[in-house]
Amino acid sequence: MAVIRRRKQPEDEVQQHPDPNPDEDDDKEEKASKKSGKKNKSKNYSCLDNCCWFVGCVCSVWWLLLFLYNAMPASFPQFVTEAITGPMPDPPGVKCLKEGLKVKHPVVFVPGIVTGGLELWEGHQCMDGLFRKRLWGGTFGEVYKRPSCWVQHMSLDNKTGMDPPGIRVRPVSGLVAADYFAPGYFVWAVLIANLARVGYEEKNMYMAAYDWRLAFQNTEVRDQSLSRIKSNIELMVSTNGGNKAVVIPHSMGVIYFLHFMKWVEAPAPMGGGGGPDWCAKHIKAVINIGGPFLGVPKAVAGLFSAEAKDIASARALAPGVLDSDLFQIQTLQHIMRMSRTWDSTMSMIPKGGDTIWGGLDWSPEEGYCPSKRKPGKNDTEISTQNESTSQECEATRANYGRIVSFGRDVADAPSSEIERIEFRGAVKGHNVANNTCRDVWTEYHDMGFGGIKAVAEYKVYTAGEIVDMLEFVAPKMMERGSAHFSYGVAENLDDPKYGHYKYWSNPLETKLPNAPDMEIYSMYGVGIPTERAYIYKLTPAAECYIPFQIDTSAKDQNKDCCLKDGVYTVDGDETVPALSAGYMCAKGWRGKTRFNPSGIKTYVREYDHNPPSNFLEGRGTLSGAHVDIMGNFQLIEDVIRVAAGATGEEVGGDQVYTGIFDWSEKIKLKL
Amino acid sequence: MALLRRRKRPDDDLPQTPDTPEEDEDKTFKLLKRGKKKRREKYSCIDNCCWLVGCICTSWWFLLFLYNTLPPSFPQYVTEKITGPLPDPPGVKCLKEGLKPKHPVVFVPGIVTGGLELWEGHECAEDLFRKRLWGGTFGDIYKRPSCWLQHMSLDNETGLDPPGIRVRPVSGLVAADYFAPGYFVWAVLIANLARVGYEEKNMYMAAYDWRLSFQNTEVRDQALSRIKSNIELMVETNGGQKAVIIPHSMGVLYFLHFMKWVEAPAPMGGGGGSDWCAKHIKAVMNIGGPLLGAPKALSGLFSAEAKDVAFARGIAPGVLDSDLFQLQTLQHIMRMSRTWDSTMSMIPKGGETIWGGLDWSPEEGYLPFQRKPANLTTSRCSHNDSDTKRCDTRRINYGRLISFGRHVAELHSSDIDRVEFRGAVKGKNHANSSCRDVWTEYHNMGICGIQAIAEYKSYTAGDLLDLLEFVAPKMMERGTAHYSHGLADNLDDPKYAHYKYWANPLETKLPKAPDMEIFSMYGVGIPTERAYVYRLTPAAECYIPFQIDNTAGDTDEHVCLKDGVYTVDGDETVPALSAGFMCAKGWRGKTRFNPSGIKTYVREYDHNPPSNFLEGRGTQSGAHVDIMGNFQLIEDVIRVAAGASGEQVGGDRVYTDIFKWSKRINLKL
Repeated sequence: MAVIRRRKQPEDEVQQHPDPNPDEDDDKEEKASKKSGKKNKSKNYSCLDNCCWFVGCVCSVWWLLLFLYNAMPASFPQFVTEAITGPMPDPPGVKCLKEGLKVKHPVVFVPGIVTGGLELWEGHQCMDGLFRKRLWGGTFGEVYKRPSCWVQHMSLDNKTGMDPPGIRVRPVSGLVAADYFAPGYFVWAVLIANLARVGYEEKNMYMAAYDWRLAFQNTEVRDQSLSRIKSNIELMVSTNGGNKAVVIPHSMGVIYFLHFMKWVEAPAPMGGGGGPDWCAKHIKAVINIGGPFLGVPKAVAGLFSAEAKDIASARALAPGVLDSDLFQIQTLQHIMRMSRTWDSTMSMIPKGGDTIWGGLDWSPEEGYCPSKRKPGKNDTEISTQNESTSQECEATRANYGRIVSFGRDVADAPSSEIERIEFRGAVKGHNVANNTCRDVWTEYHDMGFGGIKAVAEYKVYTAGEIVDMLEFVAPKMMERGSAHFSYGVAENLDDPKYGHYKYWSNPLETKLPNAPDMEIYSMYGVGIPTERAYIYKLTPAAECYIPFQIDTSAKDQNKDCCLKDGVYTVDGDETVPALSAGYMCAKGWRGKTRFNPSGIKTYVREYDHNPPSNFLEGRGTLSGAHVDIMGNFQLIEDVIRVAAGATGEEVGGDQVYTGIFDWSEKIKLKL
Repeated sequence: MALLRRRKRPDDDLPQTPDTPEEDEDKTFKLLKRGKKKRREKYSCIDNCCWLVGCICTSWWFLLFLYNTLPPSFPQYVTEKITGPLPDPPGVKCLKEGLKPKHPVVFVPGIVTGGLELWEGHECAEDLFRKRLWGGTFGDIYKRPSCWLQHMSLDNETGLDPPGIRVRPVSGLVAADYFAPGYFVWAVLIANLARVGYEEKNMYMAAYDWRLSFQNTEVRDQALSRIKSNIELMVETNGGQKAVIIPHSMGVLYFLHFMKWVEAPAPMGGGGGSDWCAKHIKAVMNIGGPLLGAPKALSGLFSAEAKDVAFARGIAPGVLDSDLFQLQTLQHIMRMSRTWDSTMSMIPKGGETIWGGLDWSPEEGYLPFQRKPANLTTSRCSHNDSDTKRCDTRRINYGRLISFGRHVAELHSSDIDRVEFRGAVKGKNHANSSCRDVWTEYHNMGICGIQAIAEYKSYTAGDLLDLLEFVAPKMMERGTAHYSHGLADNLDDPKYAHYKYWANPLETKLPKAPDMEIFSMYGVGIPTERAYVYRLTPAAECYIPFQIDNTAGDTDEHVCLKDGVYTVDGDETVPALSAGFMCAKGWRGKTRFNPSGIKTYVREYDHNPPSNFLEGRGTQSGAHVDIMGNFQLIEDVIRVAAGASGEQVGGDRVYTDIFKWSKRINLKL
């Protein structure tokens, strides 16, 4: 309505223009009076008239433009881009085709968390008419139309971690499951398009879609997803003349596929019963893209206070709802309640404890700052770069090991000066929440003031203590989580307890399969500040709210800041720190180690982030960001080469920009 | 540009209005006023134009807004108000009865219903990577028809991809749930199965490229291996429950081919062993299957004139209806569809034994009776009596599938002068160079060849193959390498191990699976093409030389001949005889075609057109595709999927004389 009203005004003005002119003529006053009567009528008429006229004009212009747009040759935008930025490089698919590369190995994509589409198969009444429509992925239209219904359907049962009664939301299958996350926002589409140039098609590309909300083993229990992947890989290998598959997991798909490799060789009731040489027979290479092998600190912030700063988490999807001041915190709580029912989020809690992530006073990355590299400086030598950045950062030594600190001063203080009060075993106060909050289920309400205080007074949490802290804060959630995931480091890998599926997705508690010809790649972007540690504060009004919040006032003055908005950052791909993505391939699995008894070859390939130089390039062809790297030409070319039969050495072996090997040396892990 | 110019004029008007006070004299003022008025009129003309557009737009937005705020159950509410409460959809009904998913379900779509998408193309289709060329909106047919034709055609020598073009079937349930937006194929069935508890892990759409010959889908895409692997996976992950297969239309033949393929040894077959079907398949529920072919395929191949949405013509009405290009368009379509080997799988099979000779046919003395809607209670025999009485007066020679001229169709066979066409000399190419680019084989035939065909006058099912081979030798060369349309004398002949016989139920044995059940479900009550009256096209130069003689029509109300087409009872595409004969007789009990005695059931669904437009395509339809939304059929499918046997579902259910017709067919069993 507002729009219509506004539009009336200009028309009145237009109408008034002709009025003064006849009034100046003195001879025809009668006519004027008559005219004015007429005018009044015509005024009313013209008012509406003009209103419609305006709309009509806008519409016709719009149609004309639409027509022109449609009549335009399809290559026109590309032509414009080329005219402005100069000729584009050949896309990697075309380049490889010209070199004569051909389809050899079938390719399997394993999508990560949140990128896979989910559709409705059975729902409550409020979801009528949405049968087999996407609830997740696609346009997200329903989030805005009926948010509470949507939250209800996207949540899982908080006891079992499976479907709530009467609701069945299932993963979309096929390549469409994760080619685009939202219209125009590609995930796998660019890679698929380039592989297709070389000759790939659906018979030798397979999207291993699974319900990313479930714990990994539950995807098998409910949907038989793991069996499905096994059967499809077997089919593709046998129909492609026995050429082994190249598996390309992304993000959480990396640890999902780690789980799969253990599952498929484990005996039948718990595993897939494929026999101890299944991987050796069916897999040529695993090309991990941006894999959080050792977890991501971001997951901690997400679980602790629903504050991950990233599209990869539920929050970013609902900005309209979130940004309304009135409901802000309430919305966050709803999202928290929803995402806490997703067991899979717990697969990404940092693993390996203090050994990997650093203790109170040390961390593998210290003395290194995520420098802002200038774009187009690909040929800079690695060593010089490292030196320069480390010099800059020597002054500010961030204690990355303290993943969560309460207050800026605590984060900077030497460990001896911090007074910590043990929180484990602290008595939780009775429920502070009054009745109005009852319907929003987060476990903070069961914790009470006493519990919240106790958590804040421990002051600093390292990776080892994070799990205990989460167990204190959200016991029900962690009960489900610890049944499906484990976050430790194995002392003795031959301990029979490691036959349980909860260890399968933790690279520090499993052995790689016995497949000496297999190759494992770790490909990830670097050059973007990535969340590594947080400074928290208590929220003042702690009644209906989430009691903890990132202290966004904590900042560094330094330009090359490591601390910004209460978050300490290191080098990485914006979501996964380079350490987590690279360590296993750089050291943990390098050569014959106890984690890699058959000596599978590993390669670390980093891709330096170059932001797109202008908006015409979209998300860029040299990006290193967590999702955008899927459109990185260099990475795509590497993938195509491997799929066409190249080995890791032929592709170029290691390619490193960060100090990943230095950091790995600092980690004292028995190998 | 036109719009922009028009709009400038009103702008010019405005600045001129302040000028008027400068004039003192009345005359000039008046003159000016006139000019003004004229201008004003012009102004208001455009004004009104825009006004109209604006009105329409705003009201459209308003309605759209209302529509979007409407609760989704509103249309249903209105429908119920008008037509009375709707019956529960079968899924809900079965759920209330406590039925649960038991057997995994496999859908095998038919010809044209499966989506195809582009994986590699020429420049004109550059931005269409992984977009649908077939199915969906068909937007690109209108935008760039010749490019589309080029990409949809296959290579006319090999029947596989032309160089530089890869068009591939869409996979997953989306492949054939809707053919075009709002035009469901499998969607209703899927939705009802989902009500009972089915989901993607126990439903599988066996999508394949329906343009290829059946064996070539395996050669190029490994489609058969894919189906095998997926059925095995589903059976295994569903606790060993065997699968229920639901093929539709050509999918019926495709799955027949699959069952032979999967048990055949490895190089040519799938190497599943001789008990694969017994182990993995509980029931095959054929819906509207042209088991013995469909005469419509014939007219499609002969002159591209199938009268049906199920064929390419129907989807391009805009292009076809333009008078100027009509025949040219038909030729283009013919050229395209002739490269599709699969169309040849539906040429009538079994020759005169099945389809009747010059003077007899199994269906003669029976008219496609227009039943009044909702008289399902009419008992079968009384129904038939009235039918046959009315029809005894005129005996139609359905056996003459193609006759040249109306009088030939009605003459007694001894009165027809037939001049043998086989071996007739084909004239030299009479097509001038302007037609060169349109490749149909008629140009190689010449006028003599065309004459020879017309002078043979009438063709039975047995003569058909020879006719097509004469008319289109290249096409039939590919066709006969992949399909056979005969009748086996001795099924143990080792030659029948070749894959070209696998899709012909009269030349294969069913697999050894005594516990399996085969259903033949099809709609009846709609006149279905059975035989044609043809004529020569007068200007035979750049045109297709044959045409259905649509002047030949009966004046009788209960017409069997209309627009040059003789019709019988069926589902509008497949005659009941073709869909029902195998289950009614050919496979009934232990026969040589069914050595292990697989149980068969014939279930006919009487066509009831939707009573009003609110019902859409109806819930009691018997039409070839619309039957997929028939509540009765869906209920039967759900019951079988939930574990019922054929007897429990109700055994045979027949409205036509299918058993009587079957008796007239003298086939060694």
